Amino acid sequence: MPTPRDLARRNGTLVAGLVLVGLWIATALAAPWIAPHPPDRIDLLAVLQPPSAGHWFGTDQLGRDVLSRVLHGGATVLAIAPAATLLGLALGTAVGLAAACAGRRADEAVMRVLDAVMAFPVVVLAMLVLAFLGAGTGNVILIVALVFAPLVARTVRAAALAEVRKEYVQAARLRGEGIFYVMTMEILPNVRGPLAVEGTVRLGYAVFTSATLGFLGLGVQPPSPDWGLMVSENQGLLTTAPWTILFPALAIALVVAGLGLAADGIKEILDP
Amino acid sequence: MSVPVLQFDSVTISYRRRARWLPAVRDLSFAIAAGEAYGMVGESGCGKSTAALAAMRFLPRNARLEDGRIDLLGRDLWALPPAELRRLRGERVSMVYQNPAGALNPSLTVGAQVAEVFRHHRGLDRRSADEAAVDMLARMRIADPARVAGLYPFQVSGGMQQRAVIAMALATEPDLLVLDEPTTALDATVQAEILDLFAELRRTRSTALLFISHNLDVVRRICDRIGILYAGELVEEGDAARVLARPRHPYSAALAACLPRPGQRKGGRRLATLSGTPPDPADLPGGCAFAPRCPSARPDCNAAAPALAPAGPGRLVRCPYPLDGPDPHVSPGPAAAERPGRSEPLLSLRGLGHRIGKVDILRRIDMEIHSGETFALVGESGSGKTTLARVVAGLAAPDTGGVTLDGVPLAGHARRRTADQRRAVQMVFQTPDTTLNPSRRVASIVGRAVRVLGGRRGRERRERVAELLGMVRLPAPVASSRPGRLSGGQRQRVAIARAFAGTPRLVILDEPTSALDASVQAAVLNLLLDLQAEGGAAYLFISHDLGVVRYVADRVAVMYLGELVEVGPTERVFAGPHHPYTAVLLAAAPGADAALRPVEGKAAGPSERPAGCAFHGRCPHALDRCTVEEPPWRPTAGGHAIRCWIAPDRLAPAHEPPRPRRADGAS
Repeated sequence: MPTPRDLARRNGTLVAGLVLVGLWIATALAAPWIAPHPPDRIDLLAVLQPPSAGHWFGTDQLGRDVLSRVLHGGATVLAIAPAATLLGLALGTAVGLAAACAGRRADEAVMRVLDAVMAFPVVVLAMLVLAFLGAGTGNVILIVALVFAPLVARTVRAAALAEVRKEYVQAARLRGEGIFYVMTMEILPNVRGPLAVEGTVRLGYAVFTSATLGFLGLGVQPPSPDWGLMVSENQGLLTTAPWTILFPALAIALVVAGLGLAADGIKEILDP
Repeated sequence: MSVPVLQFDSVTISYRRRARWLPAVRDLSFAIAAGEAYGMVGESGCGKSTAALAAMRFLPRNARLEDGRIDLLGRDLWALPPAELRRLRGERVSMVYQNPAGALNPSLTVGAQVAEVFRHHRGLDRRSADEAAVDMLARMRIADPARVAGLYPFQVSGGMQQRAVIAMALATEPDLLVLDEPTTALDATVQAEILDLFAELRRTRSTALLFISHNLDVVRRICDRIGILYAGELVEEGDAARVLARPRHPYSAALAACLPRPGQRKGGRRLATLSGTPPDPADLPGGCAFAPRCPSARPDCNAAAPALAPAGPGRLVRCPYPLDGPDPHVSPGPAAAERPGRSEPLLSLRGLGHRIGKVDILRRIDMEIHSGETFALVGESGSGKTTLARVVAGLAAPDTGGVTLDGVPLAGHARRRTADQRRAVQMVFQTPDTTLNPSRRVASIVGRAVRVLGGRRGRERRERVAELLGMVRLPAPVASSRPGRLSGGQRQRVAIARAFAGTPRLVILDEPTSALDASVQAAVLNLLLDLQAEGGAAYLFISHDLGVVRYVADRVAVMYLGELVEVGPTERVFAGPHHPYTAVLLAAAPGADAALRPVEGKAAGPSERPAGCAFHGRCPHALDRCTVEEPPWRPTAGGHAIRCWIAPDRLAPAHEPPRPRRADGAS
């Protein structure tokens, strides 16, 4: 096994990605102490100021400091994305493993249902959930997880199908092992690789999707500082005060890029 | 003497591993003259394939020529400018690999691929290239070559694919053909045809062959001279027939002795084995590389590395104490006692059938296995052997008929059988790479079987795991390893331990040694026979290697297209009279004489089963009746029966047993 130091030397992509994401997490955690202003302090005397020494990222139309809001805004996204990804991975893995192990007819049925779910546009699904359950952080997590689960299920099923045919699984069946044991103890450990890659890729998309939901006003409600929401609130100012949009958008892009790099790095380790 | 086609002169080739250069081929010198066939033999990891690649300067990027020089047609390969090297490779040398499917482009027809070689290298125009391609396929003895030329690779059989690859290789009329295990992936009957083809090519053109194989019988049939490689060094070289009949180096002797000889039975002598594995190039022993495994090693063998020295005409041996005649040391151990297996049947199959869609994979199988006996199943691939094993094991349900254990019907799926029935019937699979869960440790793999099949927990369970690992002769530390760190033979031993966890009464062995080197195969077979002698389990032994079957089996059944065609005690089945299909199988064994080979013919698939006797299309004795009516079982003597319209006494009494030329003096 290579040591972590070996990895760092050989896998610059992974290290760059992890550093980028790590910086954002640190920023989000430290925001209350390092932000120059409270994120929702309204200052009507200083609305729509361009970046200056007092407000590095400028101010929005209520005079709130954009830098402070960007620093605080990371917390929601960085909490929602991993939670949603984990939930999506758990749901998808369970469905994918069950489909692969259950036999051809059940497999067909499950996969067709998943196709139908995936054919649903994200936004329509989000509207549907919100109509029934209302807006809020928990429901954003649920929506993102539901959107991801079929994609994860497909990946896991494909990897598991390759394993199910192998002789060690037949040996387990010869011992009379139940399907749950075969799924969790025999097959799951051998689909960890694809699962890890899928997880990191999904994490990036989760940031993106939750920001999209925020932009559409379906997620976190104002006046909470949320990157997607900030872009949405200020979209009318794109030409007059671009800094109100540029900085939260850049933040989203940097986190997604960091996660993308990390995903590539992990893929490189798992199948060089 | 003219310039040799290929000459290695003190060649050392190293691979880079963790910033160190480790030698895979060491100080290797040999030469192949025009028209000569040179065989190169050794266990996996002894440098055979590296030498083959170096002969075309095709070394992978992490390998380099350390020392020495390789001359191809008198030109130093490593001093050639790239353009000339390319031309030499394209026109004067060709290579055929183990897997024909990988060498063919799936989106071009066979004919187009052969024609391309003619266009490219011989400068023929499209039409004459197509004609030349068909002509070449005809010379590969492909029936109806014009039709085959229009087919895509996936539409023809593996043997046909390999012939197409060989046709491509020969289209440039090369001076040297490098063959790396060209028949290993093929069925015995197809292998026999390809080997005949090589033998004919040798007669009709003066192509030199470098033939890499781990199968000594195949090498003996094809090659004039043979070089035996151990740990990257040539340990013996000489005339192929003489070296294999009377090996002088202890390693050659051990390799030759690992194969069962005709007439050798488990009741008689044990198979000679070769313990251990070739040394890792990272820590080669100081003296003779083979000394740690050598049964006749002396103290001074570890002191200095021996040199290759002449030993008789055209013979080189790297051993200061060469053997004279067969080595007395390599027939160790008392033989397992032969078990008479007469009693109530343990397992019986009645009218068993299995189909996939509308195709009969198994058809009306009746057979019985008695306690403690070894019942072997032989036949070509696609004959249904593995399906039969899966039905008995409870991995596939029969569609008609059924399986009984001690007279009690067994459920079609293992999960619906009782715990006792599951414990009684276990299986060892074919592929060492996938038989164990790669993410679990050996202790956990065997431990789970001990718990589920043996019903033991806690300390008892750990003790039983240790006991089982001891039974399969694995060192205790293996328990904490994951399968990725074990060799193929060790993995197969773990799989055997797993099958024996609950003291089984019938163990299904599906080609348990076909993926292993001959030396490892002998050790695993000995282990299986020891376990049988101790515990009295019956074996259902599936194999395509008739030599192995003859050695281990008490009774043999021959399968063709999902039906049994012959059943009987091993010696009677091998002595004859034979079912015409059995005769084909026996003649196809690589050791058999080519002159005895009956007519060829492609096996029909199960979806195109002919009416009447399924074998009549390939049968040299077929009568009109065979094409319409299914043949009856006819007993000969002593429990031997043949399913054929021709009376047993009119069937060919006996060919020579397989590997007849092996019998020279050594046994």
